[in-house]
Amino acid sequence: MSPLQLCLILSSLLFCVGLVGALARSNTILVLLGIELMLNAANLNFIAFWRYGPHPAAGTGVIFVLFTIAVAAAEAAVGIALVIAVHRHRKSVRLQEAASLKG
Amino acid sequence: MILALIIIALVILGASAAAMLSRNLIHSALLLVVAWAGIAAFYLWAGAEFVAFAQALIYVGAVSMIVLFAVLLTRQGATAAPVEFDSWRRAVLGLMVAGGVMGVMFGAIMGSPLDGRIASPTPTITVKQLGLLLMGPYAPALLIVGVLLTVALLGAIVIAAVDKSEETP
Repeated sequence: MSPLQLCLILSSLLFCVGLVGALARSNTILVLLGIELMLNAANLNFIAFWRYGPHPAAGTGVIFVLFTIAVAAAEAAVGIALVIAVHRHRKSVRLQEAASLKG
Repeated sequence: MILALIIIALVILGASAAAMLSRNLIHSALLLVVAWAGIAAFYLWAGAEFVAFAQALIYVGAVSMIVLFAVLLTRQGATAAPVEFDSWRRAVLGLMVAGGVMGVMFGAIMGSPLDGRIASPTPTITVKQLGLLLMGPYAPALLIVGVLLTVALLGAIVIAAVDKSEETP
């Protein structure tokens, strides 16, 4: 097994751990953390392909990871603000209790 | 080389799995700090030093603090109440979905002709090169990310601010 495949398997395992957290937990903060883990797994893929790709001198993977980290930070800030707003209105951070818009 | 990768992978996966299974939110947040530090170590292993330090600053430093603040602000009572799993049905369904996704991705990775390329010596990209790239071909994307961060942080403040009645002029 080549190192690139090891890196890809590591990142897909991390993605699945984040997916379990996002699907199986009912605490909103934990769901947000699971989504952050999935974003980090995608970043691992970018770096692995940059490291073992044919043109590492171009630096495309590194640039892309920098932008992804910026977007993930913005997403974390907005998500946490939403959690705090929902908690202020409902006194709860359970996902199932925020169902006012459910059809 | 491979041994270091395996150790880093074990640290990342163990910490993140324990964080996702933990019943204490504070423990989850602190274990995720360990996982993010492990990811920074992976970036160092792969030779992307600047990204590793960005990861350490942003995730280990900033995002973990935001998450800890959110955990403390959304506390239910004075005691650290354990966060229950919602139901076994949800947990089993989530595990099944994640297992299916893992199977599909594992098959795709193993079936791809990826190992034809010989691993070159670790490529290096200096901070000067990165800066020239960011200011040259990627300057529009940098501007857009700046605008996005400004708008997102202003929006976060507006969402999380307390609505006060207009008694103050």
